Amino acid sequence: MPVIIGVLILIFFIAYVIPADPARAWAGPRARPDQVEALRERYHLNDPLYLQIYYYLKNLFLHFDLGISATTHRPVLNDLKAFFPATFELAFFAFLLAVIIGVPLGVISALKRNKLIDHFSRVISLVGVSTPLFWSALLLQFLLYFKLGWLPAFGRLSVEIHRFTGFILLDSVLNRNWVAFTDGFKRLILPSVTLAFYTMGYLVRITRGSMLEVLESEYVTMAKAKGLPERIIYYRHALKNAIIPPITVLGINFGWLLAGTVLLETIFAWPGMGRYAAGSIIQVDLPAIVGYTMVVALVMIISNLIVDIAYSIIDPRVRVGGKLQ
Amino acid sequence: MERENTLLVVESLQTQFFTYGGVVKALDGISFEILNGEIFGLVGESGCGKSVTAASIIGLVQKPGKIISGKVLLEGEDLLQKSDREMNRIRGSRISIISQDPTSALNPLFKIGYQVSEPMIYHQGMKKKQAWKGAAKMLHQMGIPDSSGKARNYPHELSGGMRQRALIAMALSCSPSLLIADEPTTNLDVTIERQILNLVRELQQNFGTSVLWITHDMAVIAEMCDRVAVMYAGNIVELADVRSIFKNPKHPYTVRLLKAIPLSEVSGKELDEIPGAVPRLINPPSGCRFHPRCQEAMTVCKEDKPEGVDLASGHMVACHLYS
Amino acid sequence: MKSPPFIMLSSRYRILKKRLHPLTKEFGLTLYVLRKSLLAMIGASIVFIFIFIAIFGSLISPYDPNEIDISFRFYAPTREHPLGTDKLGRDVFSRILCGARYSIRAGLVVLAIAVPAGIVLGGIAGLLGGWIDEVIMRITDVFLSFPPLILAMAFSAALGPSLFNAMMALSLVWWPLYTRLVRGQALAVRETLYVEAAISKGASRWTLIFRHILPNCLSPILVTFTLDMGWVITAAAALSFLGFGAQPPLSEWGRMVTDGRIYLFQAWWVSMFPGLAIALTVLGFNLLGDGIRDALDPKLRRITEVKWKEKIRF
Repeated sequence: MPVIIGVLILIFFIAYVIPADPARAWAGPRARPDQVEALRERYHLNDPLYLQIYYYLKNLFLHFDLGISATTHRPVLNDLKAFFPATFELAFFAFLLAVIIGVPLGVISALKRNKLIDHFSRVISLVGVSTPLFWSALLLQFLLYFKLGWLPAFGRLSVEIHRFTGFILLDSVLNRNWVAFTDGFKRLILPSVTLAFYTMGYLVRITRGSMLEVLESEYVTMAKAKGLPERIIYYRHALKNAIIPPITVLGINFGWLLAGTVLLETIFAWPGMGRYAAGSIIQVDLPAIVGYTMVVALVMIISNLIVDIAYSIIDPRVRVGGKLQ
Repeated sequence: MERENTLLVVESLQTQFFTYGGVVKALDGISFEILNGEIFGLVGESGCGKSVTAASIIGLVQKPGKIISGKVLLEGEDLLQKSDREMNRIRGSRISIISQDPTSALNPLFKIGYQVSEPMIYHQGMKKKQAWKGAAKMLHQMGIPDSSGKARNYPHELSGGMRQRALIAMALSCSPSLLIADEPTTNLDVTIERQILNLVRELQQNFGTSVLWITHDMAVIAEMCDRVAVMYAGNIVELADVRSIFKNPKHPYTVRLLKAIPLSEVSGKELDEIPGAVPRLINPPSGCRFHPRCQEAMTVCKEDKPEGVDLASGHMVACHLYS
Repeated sequence: MKSPPFIMLSSRYRILKKRLHPLTKEFGLTLYVLRKSLLAMIGASIVFIFIFIAIFGSLISPYDPNEIDISFRFYAPTREHPLGTDKLGRDVFSRILCGARYSIRAGLVVLAIAVPAGIVLGGIAGLLGGWIDEVIMRITDVFLSFPPLILAMAFSAALGPSLFNAMMALSLVWWPLYTRLVRGQALAVRETLYVEAAISKGASRWTLIFRHILPNCLSPILVTFTLDMGWVITAAAALSFLGFGAQPPLSEWGRMVTDGRIYLFQAWWVSMFPGLAIALTVLGFNLLGDGIRDALDPKLRRITEVKWKEKIRF
């Protein structure tokens, strides 16, 4: 809870305090003086600091006012709402990919230590973690799209369908449009795979390390001493313990994915929040950036909450109100 | 020498660890027997190979260790010849082990009831519900009040003494013939230790289980055991029934060990230490491994390793003074 | 007969050597373990090459990185231009060589601010505890609840587009990590018996910090620092890629990638090679960082110590 307050204060700082002339910064480099004045009035930028904070919070919570974009001159909130589903779909898929491949790979890597699969997955995770996202995206785009023509690399959908939810895959199912579904799916592959690469590499390392540590623990030896079948020892006793560090890390990882969307959406022409944010940076559209940051912070807080809940489900020691003797 | 009621025979067991620094000759050919229904003590300083013995019997010697040679006969069957799968069936059902630290031996994420019921489920084919009831019953027999309630608890919600009881419950759940207790009371405070000792004695009588009790505490040996083997640096140097060991210790090491027990009656007397330190087993001393620290060492002690000699009524000593 | 001051000097020297000996022994062992690992050595060589290029890049580059020659536009890699030329006829290879210094500067500046700040704040938080600890931790949490890149973007936007501002933004984003790290170490050490004993002997706060806490912190900080060099370089490049950070005509690697992006399908070398440079550099730092972490790992040290002792005894 206090973190949320801190986050809001930090954002306030960035938006109101750091720029030399906030009104000018918000209006953008191409604004006319009267537009700047209008902004100054509307957001009370002439008033003392504490009043500014008051209006800032009031705008935020009562009107959900994230400011007006200096480039599109529309409320930032509307822009973000329009682009949110695309980014979420991308990030979610990448997340799924990273977890489904990364965690099992880490576990197997630990169980079959120093065998071929272990070396293989360690190499992959090292490469995944080291390559800069924007470079690998360009590389894959060049190879898989340009040279080999296997997968489309730009845009989200080439067919027209009615948007119910904004999530392409869901909508194409609702439209009963199979062509749209496959098209949307194919276009999703390249961006989400690239995005997942880094996170997957990281998850493999953490899972492997955690699993190795757990395998040395006393309770695993005890499980062996009880003569339990191997799969119970490894996949119930060991795994459940080993999976705790990766889970706690998932929240941060999702944040990295979101950061990655900024780069990736630009490269793959994916109409999401990330591309919006990237564009805003170049145009020096401060309200847009700040609004975007705020949304991201919100998403992060929610995802951290989910992670905390998952953690307490798995680990009884963490639960509140547990009986201690 | 095999009699009808012999449960376990260990014959010339040799276990070594192949480490980067060299080969650690942890067990140098030890031999002993455990009879049905007896509590057999294995005593020695830290590092003398007691835990390695336990691990070798139950087949869980950690890499880089390996059992080089010898026999471990459980009711006639050689455990060292068995496959992993067969050993798995024996572990937890015919031989059980409890270890020093009950906290780390219990998986923190699973309820106690589940962990106690596991051997019953997998060795005896019980259904979950049945096994759970059985587990609660075991916990009750361990003297844990409100056993069905406690069964639903997690390890961190229990006290140290209760955890150790749960561990014992886990070990005895399938009524094994042999229970190996590897320093189970070392980490507990004295009052709890007393409770556990009483408990084990009681259970041993009720279940008829043989117990291999490993410790460094001679006082516990005196209290619990029927027969005792004294280990030093990977060898058994003396083996006898408890009374003979305390009344009539033969091996110089045993003598010093007994002298080193702090006795409450003789306060003010200086504690008798054994000079020198336990040898590192990568390069153990030649001949009798105790000779560098032995007051009565002779020239032959440096050259030849003494064989075990049977003195009267099952009292064995491995020392050149008696051969 | 030697004169008295000389005797005092030599005995002081002996005392110093005795005090330092355990340290140098540890250091020597670390180096030995490090040398033994092939991957760590590969990483170290990459890092050395990188540092070398960063310092001497402009001296060894075959062409002037800013030399524009329109007649040579978009040459594919040839013998004269081993990595090709870009849209203004500039030699890509030279630009890469000269661009290294921006990356290393970014890394060093950011970490030079973040690490000391982290040590100070983390140390204070961990040692003093109480409300100071709470406050510092809350602030750290706030910063850490943003993905680093995005927060850096926000700061950059507020400050204005330039490489310097990007570095400032990154420093602001990076300090919480070290604060948390050092605080954890300080807390752990605070609980140890060493410190209790020292306090009971009446040791001053400074002695505590320098003699006890810092040495323990040193290893994780060193590891994190090495790994972070790679991350900061990537992050700075990413900011430049987005249009923030380095502005043209600086040949910063991230900038080069974005400049060449439009021509990706016609002249892939303009974007791909700078990106490859970043990737290799990060790989190098990762390998080295991992190697250092392994070298400082107590278990591994014990095992290797035996071999090392044999070696130095010939």
